[in-house]
Amino acid sequence: MSYLEYNVKRVPTGLSKVLYVNWALVLLLTAVAGIGFMMLYSVAGGRLEPWADPQMKRFALGMTVMFVVAFVPIWFWRNMAALAYGISVLLLVAVDFFGTVGMGAQRWIDLGVFRLQPSELSKITLVMMLAAYYDWLDIRHVSKPQFVALPLLLILLPTALVLKQPDLGTALLLIAGGGIIMFLAGVHWAYFAVVVAGGVGLVSAVFASRGTPWQLLKDYQFRRIDTFLDPSSDPLGAGYHITQSKIALGSGGWAGRGFMQGTQSRLNFLPEKHTDFIFTTLAEEFGFIGGISLLALYVLIIVFCISSAMQTRDRFSSLLTLGIAATFFLFFAVNMSMVMGLAPVVGVPLPLVSYGGSAMLVLLAAFGLVQSAHIHRPRGR
Amino acid sequence: MKRSQREAEESSRRIGRRTLVLGGAQALFAGVLALRMRQLQVTQADEFRLLAEENRINIRLIPPARGILYDRQGHVIAENEQNYRIVIVREDAGDPEQALARLTRLVRLDDETVERALKEIRRHSPFVPVTIADRMRWEEVAGVAVNAPVLPGITPEVGQSRHYPMGPDFAHVVGYVGPVSDYDLSKLEDPDPLLQIPRFQIGKTGVEAKEEELLRGKAGTRRIEVNAAGRVIRELDRIDGQPGSDLQLTIDAGLQNFMQARLGEESAAAVVLDIEHGDVLGIASSPSFDPNKFVQGISVADYRALTGTPFRPLSNKAVQGAYPPGSTFKVVTALAALEAGVITPEDTVWCPGYLKLGERRFHCWSRGGHGHVNLTESLQQSCDVYYYDVGQRVGIDNIAAMARKLGLGVHHDLPMSAVAEGLAPDRAWKRARYGQEWQVGDTLNASIGQGYVLATPLQLAVMSARIASGRAVTPRLVRSIDGVEQPSGAGAPLDIHPVNLARIRKGMDAVVNSRRGTAHRSRVVAEGMAMAGKTGTSQVRNITAAERAAGVFRNEDLPWERRDHALFVAFAPVEAPKVAVAVVVEHGGGGSAVAAPIARDITLRALYGRVPPGEAYPSDQRWEAERRLNDLPLRDPGSFASGGRSRA
Repeated sequence: MSYLEYNVKRVPTGLSKVLYVNWALVLLLTAVAGIGFMMLYSVAGGRLEPWADPQMKRFALGMTVMFVVAFVPIWFWRNMAALAYGISVLLLVAVDFFGTVGMGAQRWIDLGVFRLQPSELSKITLVMMLAAYYDWLDIRHVSKPQFVALPLLLILLPTALVLKQPDLGTALLLIAGGGIIMFLAGVHWAYFAVVVAGGVGLVSAVFASRGTPWQLLKDYQFRRIDTFLDPSSDPLGAGYHITQSKIALGSGGWAGRGFMQGTQSRLNFLPEKHTDFIFTTLAEEFGFIGGISLLALYVLIIVFCISSAMQTRDRFSSLLTLGIAATFFLFFAVNMSMVMGLAPVVGVPLPLVSYGGSAMLVLLAAFGLVQSAHIHRPRGR
Repeated sequence: MKRSQREAEESSRRIGRRTLVLGGAQALFAGVLALRMRQLQVTQADEFRLLAEENRINIRLIPPARGILYDRQGHVIAENEQNYRIVIVREDAGDPEQALARLTRLVRLDDETVERALKEIRRHSPFVPVTIADRMRWEEVAGVAVNAPVLPGITPEVGQSRHYPMGPDFAHVVGYVGPVSDYDLSKLEDPDPLLQIPRFQIGKTGVEAKEEELLRGKAGTRRIEVNAAGRVIRELDRIDGQPGSDLQLTIDAGLQNFMQARLGEESAAAVVLDIEHGDVLGIASSPSFDPNKFVQGISVADYRALTGTPFRPLSNKAVQGAYPPGSTFKVVTALAALEAGVITPEDTVWCPGYLKLGERRFHCWSRGGHGHVNLTESLQQSCDVYYYDVGQRVGIDNIAAMARKLGLGVHHDLPMSAVAEGLAPDRAWKRARYGQEWQVGDTLNASIGQGYVLATPLQLAVMSARIASGRAVTPRLVRSIDGVEQPSGAGAPLDIHPVNLARIRKGMDAVVNSRRGTAHRSRVVAEGMAMAGKTGTSQVRNITAAERAAGVFRNEDLPWERRDHALFVAFAPVEAPKVAVAVVVEHGGGGSAVAAPIARDITLRALYGRVPPGEAYPSDQRWEAERRLNDLPLRDPGSFASGGRSRA
């Protein structure tokens, strides 16, 4: 099916597009963000400042961006994919030169008005680029080595730049997100088997390199892995996050302590309580019911995305939608695993809930792409 | 690019299949997350709730006791004092302003303290304890404790704070401690969690800062159970920390006290080195200040008073002050010339009062000139023209190399703040620094220790010690750490011919002990105590030809900051040198009139180990010397009532 056929089939135009917006998805996103506002209000001790209020403003801005992106036809975005990817790579390079150092890593570009985190942007532009690539590629060629090497390069370029910042969490997400698109596009199973084997080899190499002059990770990254494996080894230092986070979750019980009653977060036992560890506050104050509800909302968002992807008729739309859904899934899955002690502490925020500007704007823009694919799919015969 | 319908369908089928696999994997993972949530929140909930709610476990750091500093006789220089303070927790206090108002009725607090406390309370989270006032008297603290029921959130606490019993005597050597600042934290890659404790004190200057790692020790931890009200129920376990190491310095507190008192209110510095081990027996810089004021938090007015004077009390002039060494540098020029073989001790130079170089005249300090001068006479009378001539012949590179051999222009690694390197200039240096070639005029100036040459009092003392011993004596400030003796600074024999060194020593002997010597008035007459030395008067201004014609201004007629620096380097006793001394008095005038008498008093104090007796002085100076020494505000280091080691 080519774009020419879109003109033959009925594609919504003008104001009628509003009717075809995936409103259920909009509702779900708003609900998740609403939970975020509540939690930010709670961790600030019942105040809108310093987190809830700016977060709401950003959400409003993000929603506007989402609708603007949604109403632009999807084929425009397909044509923009390579450009967007190029710009995001350039920004990552620019971070090296002009970036501001925050929390021990160079991740930000200060644009004056707000600070941009190009690594966030690159997660989405990579998905766009790969979707456009497989849209262009003849289906019979997907598993040919030369056509597998090209997307690999497309993935590894931003990954290497992000790793240099250093931001291990985002680098892993980029690899996983890119790999998922290649998988969905139908690249042969064998390649993935090789990559998994290679990954196991790399992990052993990383550990073997420890303490030698050419060690592959920074000391703090090794320490995080150590603490993940045995949090009690360093209860005051890095293991503190995990131990306190588990206590907060556990003490929430079935129904939680009630809104604004969480002692762990309010007494500052939890660092980063408004960003990466915000889920613990939710789980402490609203218990298992609150936690599972948020998980259910997230899962529903994924389900709606998948169902939307199954209805689109061109490869770019479906791969883009699935890729964004997969990235979104990785975000919350990794974050939740981390706070529940299933994964080492890597800096991955809880999507739409954690306090943070770049991440929220970029995510909502990405859902704008999903909406665009949804709106502009050909309907009827 | 047109594709067939079939191909498109195949493609979307394949995506469909893979999506199913991926969706399944995602569902599985979501299931795992849900199960884990259930495990933590339902199955283990009781256990965690117990931890979090009923018996919240707190891990508290036990700050280690900071290492004590002793002098070489074991007198305490820096110790830890019990310090009662009053702490407020906003969360428990309700309205902090009201609570503080009630507190002021019990204990006297000035408005500034209350203001500062309120500001700090607002800055921190509600549950962070904020210190309202420290260094309280026991009665005040007891009053607060008794009235606890009407003072919610306010509790007395006991901690430790640093105290320097000898006050200003060691301000420059030991420095002082102060609360950790954001700037301190930003400099550290992996800060010790101890530093996060509010008002934790670390070394800011001097030995306290340089040996911070040794002195701080390691934090212990204490796991305690507290109930919901914050009351400590019991201690679960504790891991004791490690107290900081105790340091014994090489300094003799009695001598140090004498030196500070003898320098008085002059802007001056003095250093005494033990020649055998390189031990710094005394290192004084005046005026000084009371480091205890900094520990308690110095008031703005006091701080302004310290920074607003040209006497620079905060600067440790003994190691930070780099001065033109003036005529004291002549020993370097002479030694370089002897070693290079360009002169013999008997060679004479004719001094008519100046040396003509092209159109320029380089003057000797003696307008009439010294006539024929040989090596010993040149040192004895400090003839400038002799050194212009000899310096020109030996060349600047040889002079600079000799200066470095004797410890000038090189870094001496003492644990003190901002130890200056001084400067022994040579051709390469001038090319690198100014991009200009070295001029003969530069050599003439350098030969008499003017021009580019710079040295610190410490370096001058090292130079004297090396000439006296013939060994590369290296200064040492820390004698032992936790009782473990530190390496001696005795040093290896210098690569200088002993005969030449003896010739220089003979010249320095003549400076003090022969009738025509520039420091003859400052000689020592006691048996076996004779001092040798070299005077120096270094100009800090240019003397114009017009001024010279009209008669050079006398120092007393000049404003203070344009007067000459007075210097003296010495070693004693002449026959078997034990101590090396350097004295610099900023803008003090002449070396022989101002610096040499101070150096004699200090040298004698070091040799006798007590205030020197009048018999050591020439009979016509005895009465005056005894009166001068009796008037010094001395304190016996043993008299300081000291708590010694107090570890809570």
